[in-house]
Amino acid sequence: MASAALPELAAVPWRQRTDALWLRRWGRIWHAWTLLYTIPFLVAGAAMLALAPIAAPVALVAIAHAWIIPELYAFRGASVVRPKGPRNEGAEATAQGLLGDLLGHEERELQRRTGLAREPGELGTWLVGEAGALLVTPGGRRVHCFCVRAQDPELPPSDRVAHLLLALREDEQGFATVANHAFAGAPWRVRRRMPEGMRPALDAARR
Amino acid sequence: MARLIRMDGTGHTTLAEWTAEDDLAFQAAVREFGDQQGLGYIGTVPDGPGKATHVRELPREADLVIMRRPIAGG
Repeated sequence: MASAALPELAAVPWRQRTDALWLRRWGRIWHAWTLLYTIPFLVAGAAMLALAPIAAPVALVAIAHAWIIPELYAFRGASVVRPKGPRNEGAEATAQGLLGDLLGHEERELQRRTGLAREPGELGTWLVGEAGALLVTPGGRRVHCFCVRAQDPELPPSDRVAHLLLALREDEQGFATVANHAFAGAPWRVRRRMPEGMRPALDAARR
Repeated sequence: MARLIRMDGTGHTTLAEWTAEDDLAFQAAVREFGDQQGLGYIGTVPDGPGKATHVRELPREADLVIMRRPIAGG
């Protein structure tokens, strides 16, 4: 007997199913939120400089806030795909073999180089890591960052990726619903905060 | 030869193997599948590129069935 819905959805019955409409809405909310906490600091800094140049140090602090806060949010987003947990190197070669069998040739090479498995879906192109995933929406103008992991800390890194990949393939919307949405924003904001070795995966997902 | 494997701390472990004609081996695999479900594992059949199916019973015709742990928002 097969089932189309991800069984883990039973653990989050209160969540609305994450579909393309939900993602667009959340993308806009994140965009508006970014403007809301950036513009007031910029305006305050500029006004202080114009009205009382002696307040320049305070104005610079306000402008720095307008830069730092969005950077922190983007850092939080990029962090979902950072390697996490024990490496379990003894079992990693076996796990890498199984993960390689699940991926096509190009995706396998990309995953070995970057640690991220590229997976095209209906919502966009996914990049699946050990404890999170990035979703590049069609057109490549926005990235959604999701925090999600397999509930077994002993798994080697490639098995963690394989767990998420299989769940994603079972039910894409269900996968996005179970995962915690951490950030949405322009790809360049996420890219600059990703570990350098992972950036080619994001470039590939945008193509 | 069809295989039932479990992703675990060793990379993966082969739990059972069967062929369509070997009823005894398939029944042993069905019992193993049920035991793993009892331990909280979820059965998944990879259906080729981009597709996988969650199964609640062991499909006799599948080539590979993978038992995985549940996922959750981190």
